[in-house]
Amino acid sequence: MLRIADLHATVARHEILRGVDLEVRTGEVHALMGPNGSGKSTLAHALMGSGDYEVTQGSVSIDGEELLGLATWQRAQRGLFLAMQYPVEVPGVPLEEVVGAALDARGAPRADLHARVVAEARTLGVPDELLGRGVNTEFSGGEKKRAETVQLAVLEPKFAVLDEIDSGLDVDAMRDVARRVYALARERHVGVLAITHYARLLAELRPDHVHVFLAGRIVRSGGPELADELERTGYEGIAAELGIDELTVVRPFPEADPFGDPTIASNPFADPLA
Amino acid sequence: MTAAFTADAARALGGPEWLVRRRLSAVERLAEVAWPTPSEEIWRYSRIDQLDLDRYRPFAPEELGAPGDERAPGGGPWAAEAGKHAGMIVVRDGRVVHHELDPALEAKGVRACGIATCEDDQVSTLMGRASGASEDAFTVLHDAFVAGGAFVHVPAGVVVEDPILVLHWCEGDARASFPHTLVALGEGAEATVLDRFGSPQTDHLVDAVTELLVDDNAHLRYLTVQEHGTRTWHLGLLRAHVGRDATLRTSAVALGGDYARLRSEALLTGQGAESDQLAVYFGDGQQMLDFRTLQDHDAPNTRSDLLFKGAVEDEARSVYSGLVHLRPAAKKANASQTNRNLVLTEGASAESIPNLEIEANDVRCSHASTVGPIDDEQLYYLESRGIRPEEAERLIVLGFFDDVFERLPVGALTRGLRRSVVDKLEHARARR
Repeated sequence: MLRIADLHATVARHEILRGVDLEVRTGEVHALMGPNGSGKSTLAHALMGSGDYEVTQGSVSIDGEELLGLATWQRAQRGLFLAMQYPVEVPGVPLEEVVGAALDARGAPRADLHARVVAEARTLGVPDELLGRGVNTEFSGGEKKRAETVQLAVLEPKFAVLDEIDSGLDVDAMRDVARRVYALARERHVGVLAITHYARLLAELRPDHVHVFLAGRIVRSGGPELADELERTGYEGIAAELGIDELTVVRPFPEADPFGDPTIASNPFADPLA
Repeated sequence: MTAAFTADAARALGGPEWLVRRRLSAVERLAEVAWPTPSEEIWRYSRIDQLDLDRYRPFAPEELGAPGDERAPGGGPWAAEAGKHAGMIVVRDGRVVHHELDPALEAKGVRACGIATCEDDQVSTLMGRASGASEDAFTVLHDAFVAGGAFVHVPAGVVVEDPILVLHWCEGDARASFPHTLVALGEGAEATVLDRFGSPQTDHLVDAVTELLVDDNAHLRYLTVQEHGTRTWHLGLLRAHVGRDATLRTSAVALGGDYARLRSEALLTGQGAESDQLAVYFGDGQQMLDFRTLQDHDAPNTRSDLLFKGAVEDEARSVYSGLVHLRPAAKKANASQTNRNLVLTEGASAESIPNLEIEANDVRCSHASTVGPIDDEQLYYLESRGIRPEEAERLIVLGFFDDVFERLPVGALTRGLRRSVVDKLEHARARR
């Protein structure tokens, strides 16, 4: 079980995470939905141990083992995987080399690595040609997300955090990615925490649990029906119902939003490409 | 000038009369040469003020052996590492001690031999044709004491498929050696040449000149590898003249030396000529690796590209200073120049100074230069996959150099050269 308890984190002494509690069991799929600026990405990076965030309180554990205090690579070796919202270009280091080094680091065999990478790349629609380049180097936004999913599928972590894996994906790509993640959860028992602000991911990902994340914490949890409610009311509706007047903790940077218009953030069902 | 570098010493090196005369004329010019200081732009950031020529003397003939006196059987491990090759010239302390060439190529008029001993009447007119156009104090000193050197000549229309190796070994404390490599390709000829330099842990001065003469429509691929011991000083000129529609790809891998400087220059003399200059350098310890490049366009529709990539750690320093010069004749020329540096530790530093001088109209020109540490985001990304920081750093550094390594000629050497970079990285890390 991935257990997050009372997690608080700051950036430049500004508190972004304000007490996050969440339990993800092996093989479960959780969707965590929140508007831009609610602190979703901070949660993802705080879990992975990025040096850009300071955890001030709380606990993160996998199967009872505390992860806070461990380095990023140690957390990954304990079974945590983060599919990044903005995967980093590493020139001259192809995806297969990244995954190979990751397996080496775990003491896992590289057996059939090439075949597995090629097979996953085909499933996820990553052209062979991209496998010859440095990972993410001059990949399109959608290709980066597909490539993250290839790595996830080959590494088969215990728990995967997907930080807006759906942003920048067209409908076909999103379906490929969501179906592969769903299969990993159901067949390989990967526990999944999918962070998103678009509900369209959920149709294919079929989460067991849905959480609404506002202003640095989970304000409501429920089953798939919670997504339906969100569709009707928007984040404002949920906030009003709960008497919360603050939706965000960080000002969304319009230039960082790939779809430009920050008003979209409040409505998860708006067409982001319109 | 110092006491050891005398006309008598130059004369004593022997060889054909033209070469002796050439040396003595250089000795005369040496008297008037102004020795460089770091206050000159072209020596800025260098350690030239630390050079004490009095520490060195040229080899005496009895140390080198007489011209034509061949005493080495072959190129040892270096020859084996280069894989299949068409010919080989072994040069010790600037004098050719062994040469061999595929007889089928010999029959076509190809030559791979010694400057001081070969029976090619062109060598005396070809020598200095390129280096003479870019004279400095060290080329004059070189000309005064050059014992001989390697001569590779591929006549017009002849294609040499496999590389020709020129293997230089320099050894001996308090000695200076003057290796020379002269490569001439006739019209339409093609060849690949490896020019590899090394020395043991010896307090030695290497004053080297390589000249590449690429005639019209000829195609030359050239790789120089410098792996001197850490007490050796190396001052090298690599200069190419490239004719009409000819192509040149030079590449340099610089790993060794205490202070090692390479001037890498390509003059595009004919319409449609192209040059690509590549380099990989990695400095550690107290090393300084110093590059001065020139992309000199003197004809229309010429194209040049340059990609120099380096890394420094410990207290090592590197200098890249490059000039793209588009002369008035260089209409519709296209030139690009890129220098990228990784500074791996706080004590290390890299200078990068790209320059443009554009005297022609209707040209395309670009330059880029970066100096910085390993990107934290890249490290974090790889660590998020479970890769330890040391391994992530190794992958990023090798990946950084990859687009140069991929393009090096003499592919058989590439794996070993990558390994040498990893070794340096690991040794430096062990000292941290």
